Amino acid sequence: MIKSRSSLIFAWALLAPAILYVLVIVAWPLVETFRLSFTDASLRKVTNYVGWRNYDKIFNETFLTVITRTFTWTFFSVLFKMVIGTFGAVLLNAAVPGRNLFRILTMPPWIVPMAIGIFMWGWMYNGQFGMISGLLQRFGLVDGPVAFLAYGRPAYWATIVTDVWIGVPMVTIYFLAAIQAIPRDLYEAAWTDGASRWTRFRRITLPLMAPAIITMSMLSLIATFNSFDIIWILTQGGPSGSTTTMIIDTYQTAIGSKKYGEGAARAVVICLFLSLFCIAYFRVTRRLAATDKA
Amino acid sequence: MAFKSRDTRAMIDRYRWWEVVAIYAGMFCFLFFLLSPFIEGFLVSLKPLAQLFSSPYRFWPENGTFAAYVSMWETVPGFARYVFNSFLISTISTCIVLLLVVPAAYAFARFDYRGMGLVLGGFLAVSMFSGAVLLIPLFRLMRTMGLLNTYFAMIIPGAAFLIPSAIWLLRTYMMRIPTELNEAAYMDGASQFYTFRRVILPIARPGIIVVAIVTFIGAYSQQFIFALTFNSKTEYMPLPIGLYAYFGKQEVIWNELMAASFVGIAPALVIIFFLQRYLVGGLTAGAVKQ
Repeated sequence: MIKSRSSLIFAWALLAPAILYVLVIVAWPLVETFRLSFTDASLRKVTNYVGWRNYDKIFNETFLTVITRTFTWTFFSVLFKMVIGTFGAVLLNAAVPGRNLFRILTMPPWIVPMAIGIFMWGWMYNGQFGMISGLLQRFGLVDGPVAFLAYGRPAYWATIVTDVWIGVPMVTIYFLAAIQAIPRDLYEAAWTDGASRWTRFRRITLPLMAPAIITMSMLSLIATFNSFDIIWILTQGGPSGSTTTMIIDTYQTAIGSKKYGEGAARAVVICLFLSLFCIAYFRVTRRLAATDKA
Repeated sequence: MAFKSRDTRAMIDRYRWWEVVAIYAGMFCFLFFLLSPFIEGFLVSLKPLAQLFSSPYRFWPENGTFAAYVSMWETVPGFARYVFNSFLISTISTCIVLLLVVPAAYAFARFDYRGMGLVLGGFLAVSMFSGAVLLIPLFRLMRTMGLLNTYFAMIIPGAAFLIPSAIWLLRTYMMRIPTELNEAAYMDGASQFYTFRRVILPIARPGIIVVAIVTFIGAYSQQFIFALTFNSKTEYMPLPIGLYAYFGKQEVIWNELMAASFVGIAPALVIIFFLQRYLVGGLTAGAVKQ
C-alpha cells in the first residue's frame, strides 16, 4: 500500500466527520452524565455540585433489588434466545422443502417497528380477551382468565418472553450462517463412520458453532441489558416495580421525576456494568480470533 | 469419487419419515412463536369490536370484516402523517449515516495508521451504550440547541447509534475490493480523493445499497425512546409513538389499532419479501468474523 504523508492526512480526513459526530452525540453526553451525577441538576436554573450525595442516596435496598432483577431478567432472556436460536437454526438448516420460505418467515419480529410488535403482545397478554389466556382456558390449563401484566411474577416473565421474541430472529439467522460455514466434509466423514444425526449435532455442529454462540450471547447480553421499549410499553416497570430494570429505573428518575442529577448517578452505574461487558466482549472475541488462527 | 461424494451428500440429506415429521413439527412451533402476534393481530383487525370483548375467547373471527381498516382513519386522524414522519425520519437518518460512514469505512478498509484500530474499537463500543443511558445530557443538549419538538431531535441522536453497525458492514465489504485498483490509479497519477470518488465508490455501490437498506430498516424499526422523550408535538410523531398514545388509553379500540399497525408495518413486510436475500447477507455479515 502506498504510504505517504498525504494519504495519512487523507485517511484521517475521511474519518473526521464520523468521529466528530460520535464525539458530540455519544462521547460528550457520556462524560456529561458523569459530571451531572455529582450535581443536583433538575429543572431549576441553578445547579450545585453535591459530591457523592446522589450515590449515597441511590444505594439502598430498592436499588440493589433493581440491579439483581436486571441481571436475572437479562440472564433468562439471553438464555432463552440462545436455546431457541440454536433450535431454530438447526431446523432452518435441514434440507426439507419449504425451508427458504421458513427462513423468510423468521424475520418479521426483527424487521417490523419494535413498538408495533410490542403492542400486539400487549393484546395477547390481555387477561379477559387476549389469545394466550383464551387458549389456556380453552385447553383447560387454567381455570379463570390470567391477566399476565397485572401481577408481578407473570409480568416479569411476560416481558422476558416478548424480549426473547424480538431477539430470536437475529440470533437464529446468525447461527444459521455459522452452521452453514461448517465444512460438509466433516459431516460426510462422520456419516461414513456411522455417526447418528444426534452424534453429528453433538460432536460437530455444536462445538463448531460454539464461537458464534459465545459471541452472540455477549452481544445479546449487552442489547438485553439495555432493553427499554418492551418493558416501557407493556408495564412501564410495574406492577409495583416488578419489571423495573436499571434502564427503566433511570428513565423514571431522570425523565419522569426530572431528577437529572440522581438519574445521572443511576446511569453511571449502568455505564460501569456496560463497560465491563464491553471489555469482556473485546477480550473474548480477540481470544476466539487468536485460537482461530492457531 | 465425485459421484460417491455426491451420493454421500444426498444420503445425509435424506430423512426418515419420522424425522421429516419432527422437523416440520419443530418448525411449526418455532414459527408459531415468532408469528403468533401477527396472526392474532391480523385476526383482531378483522373482528368487530363487540366480538373482541366477549367471552369465551374465539381464535377465528366470525363474520370477519375489513371495516376497521376504513374506520381507523377517523379514529387515528394523524395516521398518514405518522407514517410520513416515520419515513422522513428514517430517510434523513439513513442519508446522514451514509454520508458519515462511507468515507470512514473506506478509511478503515484501506489505511492502517496508528490509532485507527483504537478509533474502530471506539465506534463499535458506541453500539453498546443505549440512548437511554445518555438521555439526560442529550435532552439538555437538544434543549440548548432549540431542537426539542423538531424532527432533528429524533434524527440526530438516532443516527449516531446506527453508525457502528453500518461502518462494520461496509468496511467488511470494502476490504474485498482489490488494492491493485488503488495502485493502478496511483500510477496513472490520480489523487487519493479522485480514486475514492471515481474508482472505489462505483465498485462499492452494491455494498452501499445493502448498508442503506439495513440502516433504513434499523431507523424505521427503532423509533421509540428519542421520539418519546424529545418530541411532544403530534404533527412530528413517528408511527410507533403516534399509535402508543392510543395504546395507553383506557378504552383501546383494538381492532382499529391492529388495522393501523398492519398498514404501518406493510412496507417492512414488503421489503422483507423482496430483499430477503440481500437482507440475510447484510444483517449477518456485520457480525460474522472476517
